[in-house]
Amino acid sequence: MTAVADDCPVAAAPRFGTRKAVLVVAALAAAGLAAVIAFALLSGEAGVATAFRARLVAPSFAHPFGTDALGRDMLARTLKGLALSFRVGLFAATASTIIALVLALVAASGPRWADAIVAYLVDMTMGLPHLVLLILISFAFGGGANAVIIAVGLTHWPRLTRILRAEILQLRGAEYVTVSRNFGKSPLYIARQHFAPHLVPQLLVGLVLMFPHAILHEAGLTFLGFGIEPTTPAIGVLLSESLRYLTAGKWWLGLFPGLALLMAVLAFDAIGNGLRTMTDPRGSQS
Amino acid sequence: MLEARGISFRYGPREPLIVRGFDLAVAPGEVVGLAGPSGRGKSTIARLLARHLRPTDGVVTVDGAVVPARGFNPVQLLSQSPVFAVNPRWTVRRIVNEAWTPDADAMRALGVRQAWLDRYPHELSGGELQRLTILRALAPGMRYLVADEITSMLDPLAQAEIWAALLAVVKERALGLLAISHDAHLLGRVADRVVTV
Repeated sequence: MTAVADDCPVAAAPRFGTRKAVLVVAALAAAGLAAVIAFALLSGEAGVATAFRARLVAPSFAHPFGTDALGRDMLARTLKGLALSFRVGLFAATASTIIALVLALVAASGPRWADAIVAYLVDMTMGLPHLVLLILISFAFGGGANAVIIAVGLTHWPRLTRILRAEILQLRGAEYVTVSRNFGKSPLYIARQHFAPHLVPQLLVGLVLMFPHAILHEAGLTFLGFGIEPTTPAIGVLLSESLRYLTAGKWWLGLFPGLALLMAVLAFDAIGNGLRTMTDPRGSQS
Repeated sequence: MLEARGISFRYGPREPLIVRGFDLAVAPGEVVGLAGPSGRGKSTIARLLARHLRPTDGVVTVDGAVVPARGFNPVQLLSQSPVFAVNPRWTVRRIVNEAWTPDADAMRALGVRQAWLDRYPHELSGGELQRLTILRALAPGMRYLVADEITSMLDPLAQAEIWAALLAVVKERALGLLAISHDAHLLGRVADRVVTV
Protein backbone atom coordinates (compact mmCIF):
# COMPACT_ATOMS: atom_id res chain seq x y z
CA MET A 1 0.00 0.00 0.00
CA THR A 2 2.75 2.40 0.86
CA ALA A 3 4.06 3.77 -2.40
CA VAL A 4 5.66 6.61 -0.46
CA ALA A 5 9.32 6.99 -1.36
CA ASP A 6 11.39 5.48 1.41
CA ASP A 7 13.90 7.71 3.14
CA CYS A 8 14.74 10.05 0.33
CA PRO A 9 17.88 11.88 1.46
CA VAL A 10 17.33 15.39 2.78
CA ALA A 11 20.04 17.84 1.74
CA ALA A 12 22.02 19.11 4.71
CA ALA A 13 21.23 22.68 5.71
CA PRO A 14 23.85 25.22 4.63
CA ARG A 15 26.43 25.69 7.32
CA PHE A 16 26.38 29.44 7.60
CA GLY A 17 23.09 30.63 6.15
CA THR A 18 21.36 33.95 6.51
CA ARG A 19 19.67 32.69 9.67
CA LYS A 20 22.98 32.19 11.43
CA ALA A 21 24.34 35.49 10.18
CA VAL A 22 21.29 37.30 11.53
CA LEU A 23 21.62 35.56 14.88
CA VAL A 24 25.34 36.37 15.16
CA VAL A 25 24.70 40.04 14.37
CA ALA A 26 21.89 40.11 16.93
CA ALA A 27 24.13 38.52 19.58
CA LEU A 28 26.90 41.06 18.88
CA ALA A 29 24.41 43.90 19.11
CA ALA A 30 23.09 42.60 22.42
CA ALA A 31 26.64 42.28 23.77
CA GLY A 32 27.44 45.85 22.70
CA LEU A 33 24.34 47.21 24.38
CA ALA A 34 25.08 45.23 27.53
CA ALA A 35 28.61 46.70 27.57
CA VAL A 36 27.18 50.23 27.41
CA ILE A 37 24.91 49.54 30.39
CA ALA A 38 27.74 47.90 32.35
CA PHE A 39 29.98 50.90 31.74
CA ALA A 40 27.31 53.36 32.87
CA LEU A 41 26.77 51.39 36.07
CA LEU A 42 30.47 51.03 36.91
CA SER A 43 31.97 54.32 35.71
CA GLY A 44 31.03 56.43 38.75
CA GLU A 45 32.02 60.07 38.37
CA ALA A 46 33.47 59.78 34.85
CA GLY A 47 31.79 62.22 32.50
CA VAL A 48 30.20 64.17 35.35
CA ALA A 49 33.32 65.56 37.03
CA THR A 50 34.54 68.79 35.46
CA ALA A 51 38.18 69.47 34.50
CA PHE A 52 38.66 73.06 33.45
CA ARG A 53 42.25 72.45 32.28
CA ALA A 54 40.98 70.14 29.54
CA ARG A 55 38.12 72.19 28.06
CA LEU A 56 36.97 71.46 24.49
CA VAL A 57 39.84 69.08 23.73
CA ALA A 58 39.62 67.46 20.29
CA PRO A 59 39.46 63.63 20.13
CA SER A 60 42.71 62.05 21.34
CA PHE A 61 43.85 58.81 22.99
CA ALA A 62 43.06 60.18 26.44
CA HIS A 63 39.61 61.36 25.31
CA PRO A 64 38.53 59.37 22.20
CA PHE A 65 35.34 61.45 21.85
CA GLY A 66 36.99 64.72 23.02
CA THR A 67 35.79 66.82 25.94
CA ASP A 68 33.05 69.42 26.31
CA ALA A 69 33.10 73.06 27.46
CA LEU A 70 33.47 71.98 31.10
CA GLY A 71 36.24 69.49 30.32
CA ARG A 72 34.05 66.42 30.83
CA ASP A 73 34.95 63.30 28.86
CA MET A 74 32.50 62.97 25.98
CA LEU A 75 32.93 59.18 25.67
CA ALA A 76 31.77 58.69 29.25
CA ARG A 77 28.94 61.19 28.77
CA THR A 78 27.82 59.54 25.55
CA LEU A 79 27.77 56.07 27.11
CA LYS A 80 25.92 57.35 30.18
CA GLY A 81 23.45 59.14 27.93
CA LEU A 82 22.86 55.93 25.98
CA ALA A 83 22.32 53.96 29.19
CA LEU A 84 19.74 56.52 30.30
CA SER A 85 18.09 56.25 26.88
CA PHE A 86 17.90 52.48 27.29
CA ARG A 87 16.23 52.89 30.67
CA VAL A 88 13.69 55.29 29.24
CA GLY A 89 13.24 52.98 26.24
CA LEU A 90 12.78 49.90 28.41
CA PHE A 91 10.09 51.41 30.63
CA ALA A 92 8.31 53.20 27.79
CA ALA A 93 8.39 50.25 25.39
CA THR A 94 7.23 47.84 28.12
CA ALA A 95 4.35 50.15 29.04
CA SER A 96 3.39 50.50 25.38
CA THR A 97 3.53 46.74 24.84
CA ILE A 98 1.28 46.10 27.85
CA ILE A 99 -1.21 48.71 26.62
CA ALA A 100 -1.10 47.15 23.15
CA LEU A 101 -1.70 43.63 24.49
CA VAL A 102 -4.62 44.65 26.71
CA LEU A 103 -6.31 46.71 23.97
CA ALA A 104 -5.77 43.98 21.38
CA LEU A 105 -7.30 41.35 23.69
CA VAL A 106 -10.28 43.62 24.39
CA ALA A 107 -10.73 44.42 20.69
CA ALA A 108 -10.43 40.85 19.46
CA SER A 109 -12.31 39.06 22.23
CA GLY A 110 -14.77 41.65 23.52
CA PRO A 111 -18.06 42.86 22.07
CA ARG A 112 -18.20 44.69 18.77
CA TRP A 113 -18.45 48.15 20.36
CA ALA A 114 -15.22 47.52 22.29
CA ASP A 115 -13.50 46.75 19.00
CA ALA A 116 -14.86 49.99 17.56
CA ILE A 117 -13.58 52.01 20.51
CA VAL A 118 -10.11 50.47 20.25
CA ALA A 119 -10.04 51.08 16.50
CA TYR A 120 -11.02 54.70 17.16
CA LEU A 121 -8.26 55.13 19.77
CA VAL A 122 -5.70 53.63 17.40
CA ASP A 123 -6.77 55.89 14.53
CA MET A 124 -6.81 58.94 16.77
CA THR A 125 -3.34 58.32 18.18
CA MET A 126 -1.87 57.50 14.79
CA GLY A 127 -3.63 60.45 13.18
CA LEU A 128 -2.17 63.08 15.51
CA PRO A 129 1.35 64.31 14.72
CA HIS A 130 3.57 62.14 16.87
CA LEU A 131 5.97 64.76 18.14
CA VAL A 132 3.21 67.22 19.04
CA LEU A 133 1.47 64.57 21.12
CA LEU A 134 4.77 63.67 22.81
CA ILE A 135 5.51 67.30 23.65
CA LEU A 136 1.99 67.85 25.02
CA ILE A 137 2.06 64.80 27.27
CA SER A 138 5.62 65.40 28.42
CA PHE A 139 4.82 69.04 29.17
CA ALA A 140 1.64 68.12 31.02
CA PHE A 141 3.61 65.79 33.29
CA GLY A 142 6.16 68.48 34.07
CA GLY A 143 9.16 67.30 32.06
CA GLY A 144 12.02 65.13 33.29
CA ALA A 145 12.81 61.48 32.67
CA ASN A 146 9.54 60.20 34.14
CA ALA A 147 7.44 62.52 31.98
CA VAL A 148 9.34 61.36 28.89
CA ILE A 149 8.73 57.71 29.83
CA ILE A 150 5.00 58.39 30.25
CA ALA A 151 4.81 60.37 27.00
CA VAL A 152 6.63 57.75 24.95
CA GLY A 153 4.75 54.89 26.63
CA LEU A 154 1.37 56.49 25.92
CA THR A 155 2.06 57.09 22.24
CA HIS A 156 3.78 53.97 20.91
CA TRP A 157 1.15 51.25 21.29
CA PRO A 158 -1.12 51.68 18.21
CA ARG A 159 0.95 49.78 15.64
CA LEU A 160 1.49 46.76 17.90
CA THR A 161 -2.18 46.86 18.94
CA ARG A 162 -3.20 46.47 15.31
CA ILE A 163 -0.76 43.62 14.72
CA LEU A 164 -1.84 41.73 17.85
CA ARG A 165 -5.54 42.27 17.23
CA ALA A 166 -5.23 40.88 13.71
CA GLU A 167 -3.21 37.93 15.00
CA ILE A 168 -5.78 37.10 17.72
CA LEU A 169 -8.70 37.36 15.30
CA GLN A 170 -6.91 35.05 12.89
CA LEU A 171 -6.16 32.55 15.66
CA ARG A 172 -9.74 32.56 16.90
CA GLY A 173 -10.96 31.63 13.46
CA ALA A 174 -8.16 29.17 12.74
CA GLU A 175 -9.28 25.70 11.76
CA TYR A 176 -6.63 24.01 13.89
CA VAL A 177 -8.07 25.72 16.96
CA THR A 178 -11.52 24.30 16.20
CA VAL A 179 -9.91 20.91 15.58
CA SER A 180 -8.18 21.15 18.95
CA ARG A 181 -11.49 21.95 20.63
CA ASN A 182 -13.00 18.93 18.88
CA PHE A 183 -10.31 16.77 20.44
CA GLY A 184 -11.67 17.91 23.80
CA LYS A 185 -8.95 20.45 24.64
CA SER A 186 -9.84 23.10 27.22
CA PRO A 187 -9.82 26.85 26.53
CA LEU A 188 -6.79 27.17 28.82
CA TYR A 189 -4.89 24.51 26.86
CA ILE A 190 -5.76 26.24 23.59
CA ALA A 191 -4.70 29.64 24.93
CA ARG A 192 -1.36 28.29 26.15
CA GLN A 193 -0.50 25.81 23.42
CA HIS A 194 -2.03 27.40 20.32
CA PHE A 195 -2.33 31.12 21.01
CA ALA A 196 0.80 31.83 23.03
CA PRO A 197 3.34 30.44 20.51
CA HIS A 198 1.96 32.91 17.97
CA LEU A 199 1.50 35.90 20.25
CA VAL A 200 4.65 35.77 22.39
CA PRO A 201 7.09 36.20 19.46
CA GLN A 202 4.97 39.06 18.10
CA LEU A 203 5.04 40.68 21.54
CA LEU A 204 8.79 40.23 21.99
CA VAL A 205 9.69 41.46 18.53
CA GLY A 206 7.23 44.33 18.90
CA LEU A 207 8.79 45.26 22.24
CA VAL A 208 12.35 45.22 20.92
CA LEU A 209 11.47 47.10 17.74
CA MET A 210 9.69 49.74 19.83
CA PHE A 211 12.98 50.49 21.61
CA PRO A 212 14.64 52.49 18.81
CA HIS A 213 11.46 54.56 18.39
CA ALA A 214 11.33 55.24 22.09
CA ILE A 215 15.01 56.18 22.25
CA LEU A 216 14.81 58.46 19.24
CA HIS A 217 11.74 60.19 20.59
CA GLU A 218 13.33 60.57 24.00
CA ALA A 219 16.36 62.20 22.36
CA GLY A 220 14.11 64.35 20.18
CA LEU A 221 12.02 65.56 23.12
CA THR A 222 15.10 66.31 25.18
CA PHE A 223 16.79 68.03 22.26
CA LEU A 224 13.77 70.34 21.95
CA GLY A 225 13.91 71.08 25.66
CA PHE A 226 10.76 69.25 26.76
CA GLY A 227 12.44 66.19 28.14
CA ILE A 228 15.20 65.29 30.53
CA GLU A 229 16.84 67.99 32.70
CA PRO A 230 19.92 69.59 31.06
CA THR A 231 22.10 68.54 34.04
CA THR A 232 21.69 64.83 33.26
CA PRO A 233 23.92 63.34 30.59
CA ALA A 234 21.33 62.24 28.01
CA ILE A 235 21.88 61.95 24.27
CA GLY A 236 19.29 64.64 23.57
CA VAL A 237 20.97 66.97 26.07
CA LEU A 238 24.41 66.35 24.54
CA LEU A 239 23.11 67.01 21.04
CA SER A 240 21.36 70.23 21.96
CA GLU A 241 24.43 71.45 23.91
CA SER A 242 26.66 70.67 20.92
CA LEU A 243 24.69 73.09 18.73
CA ARG A 244 26.24 76.04 20.49
CA TYR A 245 29.77 74.82 19.73
CA LEU A 246 29.32 73.37 16.26
CA THR A 247 29.74 76.76 14.57
CA ALA A 248 32.97 77.18 16.51
CA GLY A 249 34.32 74.04 14.85
CA LYS A 250 33.91 71.66 17.83
CA TRP A 251 32.50 68.93 15.60
CA TRP A 252 33.13 66.03 18.01
CA LEU A 253 30.50 67.27 20.44
CA GLY A 254 27.70 66.52 17.99
CA LEU A 255 29.16 63.80 15.79
CA PHE A 256 29.98 61.12 18.37
CA PRO A 257 26.77 61.21 20.44
CA GLY A 258 24.80 61.26 17.18
CA LEU A 259 26.70 58.28 15.79
CA ALA A 260 26.33 56.41 19.08
CA LEU A 261 22.58 56.98 19.00
CA LEU A 262 22.43 55.72 15.42
CA MET A 263 24.46 52.62 16.31
CA ALA A 264 22.21 51.87 19.30
CA VAL A 265 19.08 52.15 17.16
CA LEU A 266 20.57 49.85 14.52
CA ALA A 267 21.63 47.40 17.24
CA PHE A 268 18.07 47.14 18.56
CA ASP A 269 16.85 46.62 15.02
CA ALA A 270 19.33 43.77 14.62
CA ILE A 271 18.19 42.18 17.89
CA GLY A 272 14.55 42.43 16.83
CA ASN A 273 15.41 40.80 13.52
CA GLY A 274 17.31 38.04 15.32
CA LEU A 275 14.38 37.34 17.65
CA ARG A 276 11.99 37.10 14.72
CA THR A 277 14.30 34.72 12.89
CA MET A 278 14.73 32.61 15.99
CA THR A 279 11.01 32.20 16.67
CA ASP A 280 9.82 31.55 13.11
CA PRO A 281 9.93 27.86 12.15
CA ARG A 282 9.96 28.85 8.47
CA GLY A 283 13.44 30.20 8.91
CA SER A 284 14.78 27.05 10.49
CA GLN A 285 16.60 25.90 7.35
CA SER A 286 17.74 29.00 5.53
CA MET B 1 -25.58 6.08 14.18
CA LEU B 2 -24.60 9.65 13.25
CA GLU B 3 -27.71 11.63 12.44
CA ALA B 4 -28.53 15.14 11.30
CA ARG B 5 -32.15 15.99 12.05
CA GLY B 6 -33.51 18.94 10.11
CA ILE B 7 -30.35 21.04 10.45
CA SER B 8 -30.40 24.57 9.05
CA PHE B 9 -27.67 27.14 9.03
CA ARG B 10 -27.18 30.83 8.33
CA TYR B 11 -24.12 32.96 9.12
CA GLY B 12 -26.13 35.84 10.64
CA PRO B 13 -29.74 36.70 11.50
CA ARG B 14 -30.14 38.64 8.24
CA GLU B 15 -28.16 36.27 6.05
CA PRO B 16 -29.89 33.72 3.80
CA LEU B 17 -30.14 30.09 4.87
CA ILE B 18 -27.25 28.11 3.44
CA VAL B 19 -28.48 24.75 4.67
CA ARG B 20 -32.24 24.25 4.97
CA GLY B 21 -33.72 21.39 6.98
CA PHE B 22 -31.12 18.81 6.01
CA ASP B 23 -31.50 15.18 7.17
CA LEU B 24 -28.83 12.50 7.04
CA ALA B 25 -27.94 9.25 8.76
CA VAL B 26 -24.62 7.43 8.65
CA ALA B 27 -24.39 4.00 10.25
CA PRO B 28 -21.17 2.57 11.74
CA GLY B 29 -19.18 0.82 9.03
CA GLU B 30 -21.10 2.61 6.29
CA VAL B 31 -19.56 4.89 3.66
CA VAL B 32 -22.05 7.52 2.50
CA GLY B 33 -21.27 9.85 -0.40
CA LEU B 34 -22.50 13.44 -0.44
CA ALA B 35 -22.58 14.98 -3.92
CA GLY B 36 -23.85 18.20 -5.41
CA PRO B 37 -22.72 21.26 -7.33
CA SER B 38 -20.65 24.06 -5.78
CA GLY B 39 -22.37 26.46 -3.44
CA ARG B 40 -25.05 24.06 -2.23
CA GLY B 41 -23.67 23.92 1.29
CA LYS B 42 -21.83 20.59 1.20
CA SER B 43 -18.89 21.97 3.17
CA THR B 44 -21.21 23.77 5.58
CA ILE B 45 -23.01 20.47 6.22
CA ALA B 46 -19.63 18.85 6.88
CA ARG B 47 -18.70 21.54 9.39
CA LEU B 48 -22.12 21.34 11.07
CA LEU B 49 -21.83 17.55 11.46
CA ALA B 50 -18.34 17.84 12.99
CA ARG B 51 -19.25 20.69 15.39
CA HIS B 52 -17.07 23.24 13.62
CA LEU B 53 -20.30 25.24 13.29
CA ARG B 54 -23.46 25.16 15.42
CA PRO B 55 -26.69 24.63 13.46
CA THR B 56 -29.20 27.52 13.54
CA ASP B 57 -31.96 24.90 13.72
CA GLY B 58 -32.05 21.15 14.18
CA VAL B 59 -29.62 18.84 15.95
CA VAL B 60 -26.72 16.50 15.24
CA THR B 61 -26.90 13.31 17.26
CA VAL B 62 -24.66 10.32 17.81
CA ASP B 63 -26.58 7.19 18.90
CA GLY B 64 -29.61 9.37 19.52
CA ALA B 65 -27.84 11.75 21.94
CA VAL B 66 -27.12 15.35 20.99
CA VAL B 67 -23.35 15.93 20.67
CA PRO B 68 -22.31 18.11 23.66
CA ALA B 69 -20.79 21.53 22.95
CA ARG B 70 -17.50 20.68 24.67
CA GLY B 71 -15.22 17.72 25.12
CA PHE B 72 -13.96 15.09 22.72
CA ASN B 73 -16.11 14.82 19.62
CA PRO B 74 -16.60 11.32 18.18
CA VAL B 75 -17.25 13.03 14.82
CA GLN B 76 -14.09 14.45 13.23
CA LEU B 77 -13.69 16.57 10.14
CA LEU B 78 -11.07 16.15 7.44
CA SER B 79 -10.90 19.18 5.21
CA GLN B 80 -9.80 19.98 1.71
CA SER B 81 -6.74 22.00 2.77
CA PRO B 82 -4.82 20.25 5.54
CA VAL B 83 -2.48 23.27 5.75
CA PHE B 84 -5.12 25.19 7.69
CA ALA B 85 -5.92 22.28 9.99
CA VAL B 86 -2.44 22.21 11.55
CA ASN B 87 -0.67 24.77 13.70
CA PRO B 88 2.23 26.09 11.55
CA ARG B 89 4.41 26.60 14.64
CA TRP B 90 4.11 23.02 15.87
CA THR B 91 6.15 20.04 14.75
CA VAL B 92 4.25 17.23 13.08
CA ARG B 93 4.83 14.98 16.11
CA ARG B 94 3.12 17.47 18.38
CA ILE B 95 0.30 17.97 15.88
CA VAL B 96 -0.52 14.25 15.75
CA ASN B 97 0.03 13.69 19.47
CA GLU B 98 -2.49 16.41 20.30
CA ALA B 99 -5.16 13.81 19.54
CA TRP B 100 -3.42 10.52 20.31
CA THR B 101 -0.11 8.68 20.03
CA PRO B 102 -0.32 6.38 17.02
CA ASP B 103 1.74 3.18 16.97
CA ALA B 104 3.98 2.15 14.08
CA ASP B 105 1.22 0.01 12.52
CA ALA B 106 -1.24 2.89 12.39
CA MET B 107 1.42 5.07 10.79
CA ARG B 108 2.42 2.45 8.27
CA ALA B 109 -1.21 1.84 7.28
CA LEU B 110 -1.48 5.45 6.14
CA GLY B 111 2.00 5.64 4.64
CA VAL B 112 3.21 8.11 7.26
CA ARG B 113 6.97 7.95 7.76
CA GLN B 114 8.75 8.37 11.08
CA ALA B 115 11.03 11.03 9.56
CA TRP B 116 8.11 13.40 8.99
CA LEU B 117 7.41 13.68 12.71
CA ASP B 118 10.31 16.03 13.43
CA ARG B 119 9.43 18.43 10.63
CA TYR B 120 7.20 21.47 10.51
CA PRO B 121 4.04 21.49 8.36
CA HIS B 122 5.59 23.74 5.71
CA GLU B 123 8.27 21.13 5.16
CA LEU B 124 5.73 18.53 3.96
CA SER B 125 3.69 18.29 0.78
CA GLY B 126 -0.09 18.58 0.64
CA GLY B 127 -0.52 14.83 0.26
CA GLU B 128 1.81 14.10 3.17
CA LEU B 129 -0.03 16.59 5.38
CA GLN B 130 -3.39 15.10 4.42
CA ARG B 131 -2.16 11.65 5.52
CA LEU B 132 -1.13 13.20 8.83
CA THR B 133 -4.48 14.89 9.46
CA ILE B 134 -6.17 11.56 8.73
CA LEU B 135 -3.80 9.81 11.13
CA ARG B 136 -4.53 12.45 13.78
CA ALA B 137 -8.28 12.07 13.33
CA LEU B 138 -8.08 8.30 13.94
CA ALA B 139 -7.87 8.89 17.72
CA PRO B 140 -9.31 6.01 19.79
CA GLY B 141 -12.71 7.56 20.63
CA MET B 142 -13.42 8.72 17.07
CA ARG B 143 -16.33 6.89 15.40
CA TYR B 144 -17.44 9.02 12.47
CA LEU B 145 -15.32 10.78 9.88
CA VAL B 146 -16.51 13.57 7.62
CA ALA B 147 -14.15 13.76 4.65
CA ASP B 148 -14.73 17.02 2.78
CA GLU B 149 -13.01 16.88 -0.64
CA ILE B 150 -9.93 15.47 1.06
CA THR B 151 -8.16 14.47 -2.14
CA SER B 152 -9.38 17.02 -4.66
CA MET B 153 -6.03 18.81 -4.74
CA LEU B 154 -3.96 15.66 -5.10
CA ASP B 155 -2.82 13.76 -8.17
CA PRO B 156 -4.70 10.53 -9.06
CA LEU B 157 -2.01 8.25 -7.63
CA ALA B 158 -1.93 9.94 -4.22
CA GLN B 159 -5.73 10.13 -4.32
CA ALA B 160 -6.05 6.39 -4.86
CA GLU B 161 -3.51 5.59 -2.13
CA ILE B 162 -5.14 7.80 0.47
CA TRP B 163 -8.62 6.48 -0.24
CA ALA B 164 -7.48 2.85 -0.17
CA ALA B 165 -5.78 3.43 3.19
CA LEU B 166 -8.74 5.31 4.62
CA LEU B 167 -11.29 2.72 3.47
CA ALA B 168 -9.19 -0.05 5.00
CA VAL B 169 -9.20 1.69 8.40
CA VAL B 170 -12.91 2.46 8.15
CA LYS B 171 -13.64 -1.20 7.47
CA GLU B 172 -11.33 -2.50 10.17
CA ARG B 173 -12.69 -0.22 12.91
CA ALA B 174 -16.30 -0.13 11.62
CA LEU B 175 -16.22 3.67 11.40
CA GLY B 176 -18.94 5.67 9.70
CA LEU B 177 -17.61 7.79 6.83
CA LEU B 178 -19.28 10.64 5.01
CA ALA B 179 -17.36 11.29 1.78
CA ILE B 180 -18.05 14.65 0.19
CA SER B 181 -16.95 15.27 -3.38
CA HIS B 182 -17.79 16.80 -6.73
CA ASP B 183 -16.37 13.72 -8.32
CA ALA B 184 -19.20 11.30 -9.08
CA HIS B 185 -16.71 8.64 -10.19
CA LEU B 186 -14.83 8.82 -6.92
CA LEU B 187 -18.02 8.56 -4.86
CA GLY B 188 -19.15 5.68 -7.08
CA ARG B 189 -15.95 3.84 -6.18
CA VAL B 190 -15.83 4.50 -2.43
CA ALA B 191 -19.43 4.98 -1.22
CA ASP B 192 -22.08 2.42 -0.37
CA ARG B 193 -24.76 4.98 -1.27
CA VAL B 194 -24.74 8.58 -2.47
CA VAL B 195 -26.90 11.46 -1.20
CA THR B 196 -27.26 14.53 -3.43
CA VAL B 197 -27.90 18.09 -2.28
